Amino acid sequence: MEHYISLFVRAVFVENMALAFFLGMCTFIAISKKVETAIGLGIAVVLVLGITMPVNNLIFSYFLKEGALAWAGLPDADLSFLGLLTFIGVIAAIVQILEMTLDKYVPSLYNALGVFLPLITVNCAILGGSLFMVERDYNLAESAVYGVGAGVSWALAIAALAGIREKLKYSDVPAGLQGLGITFITIGLMSLGFMSFSGVQL
Amino acid sequence: MSLPTYREVLFNPVFNNNPIGLQILGICSALAVTSNLKTALVMSVCLTMVTGFSNLFVSMIRRQIPSSIRMIVQMVIIASLVILVDQILKAYAFSLSKQLSVFVGLIITNCIVMGRAEAFAMQNPPLLSFFDGIGNGLGYSAMLIALGIIRELFGSGKLAGYTILPVVNDGGWYLPNGMLLLPPSAFFLIGLFIWGIRSWKTSQLEQPAFKMAPQVSNKEAY
Repeated sequence: MEHYISLFVRAVFVENMALAFFLGMCTFIAISKKVETAIGLGIAVVLVLGITMPVNNLIFSYFLKEGALAWAGLPDADLSFLGLLTFIGVIAAIVQILEMTLDKYVPSLYNALGVFLPLITVNCAILGGSLFMVERDYNLAESAVYGVGAGVSWALAIAALAGIREKLKYSDVPAGLQGLGITFITIGLMSLGFMSFSGVQL
Repeated sequence: MSLPTYREVLFNPVFNNNPIGLQILGICSALAVTSNLKTALVMSVCLTMVTGFSNLFVSMIRRQIPSSIRMIVQMVIIASLVILVDQILKAYAFSLSKQLSVFVGLIITNCIVMGRAEAFAMQNPPLLSFFDGIGNGLGYSAMLIALGIIRELFGSGKLAGYTILPVVNDGGWYLPNGMLLLPPSAFFLIGLFIWGIRSWKTSQLEQPAFKMAPQVSNKEAY
């Protein structure tokens, strides 16, 4: 249990998806003008990451890994090069299924998430999570914990940035730095702040 | 609307419509791989190739793709190209591919590739789309290489592994700025680049969300 808690805390703070690995930056910058939408998107990311990571883990360890096809009588097969294609396919499919399920059973959440749900397919934080999982050899339980942790870390970062940007729009920024430029510098400062977690040993 | 010329699609994205500076596309990898020039260069070449060819192929079959599943079709084309690039890197430059770690794979979700396929290649003939892809790749590369040069030169006194400014630890005179090797510096640098580009090309300025009324003096406003 302790192992999983430390994995979770590390995923949320030390290895923050947005501020330490810079994944999902495009959406991070584009959809952080308002706190409400940012939180909606954050929840969607937690959901999708929490579901896709274990699924991708199962697929990887039973179909794609070297020697994983032994149960089908093919002990020498190594399909790990198909990983990228499979992962993105799984992510796209799960986002689609999630969209339809939410539309049918939880319409209020579906309306709140709106256009962000399909956008998540091309959020690199999701694919990045799966690739990190392969690189670090997580098992099923670890990948589920890591998935949720990574999602929470991203949601936390985007909510914080949106809060700062809401305040920032009343301030007097030099003309060329207006908008995108000052956002970058803000994220840089936030990321410096989050680096103080990097010494934490768990 | 007449077709844009090859020259336009190739060079416009570099300064006038830079994918990172103006379109806010493909930022993730721009930050993570630029702490030295070599990885930045390799990443730029990979991305330019993938964007160019994915645009070419998407544009070739653009009339056959049903619009309801076009995303998946584009995704499959892009993913296949990225797998190709990934395998080539693993075969010929293994240590580099380890350094780039997941970021080669993440070209798939790099919004530049997808964005150009969707916005340009779906409407334009193959060769023109190919050059548009290469052009956007160049715009991305220009930003990446500039970042790579600044971060490596001032962060560790080297350029692509060769010592340019001898650092104090090795008996030289240059005291390296360690912060430039850390990820946040990339944000500051991109922010400053955007400032530079926008002061030069003033048409790119964004309007501030709020303005003080002209008759209000500063003191009253706060």
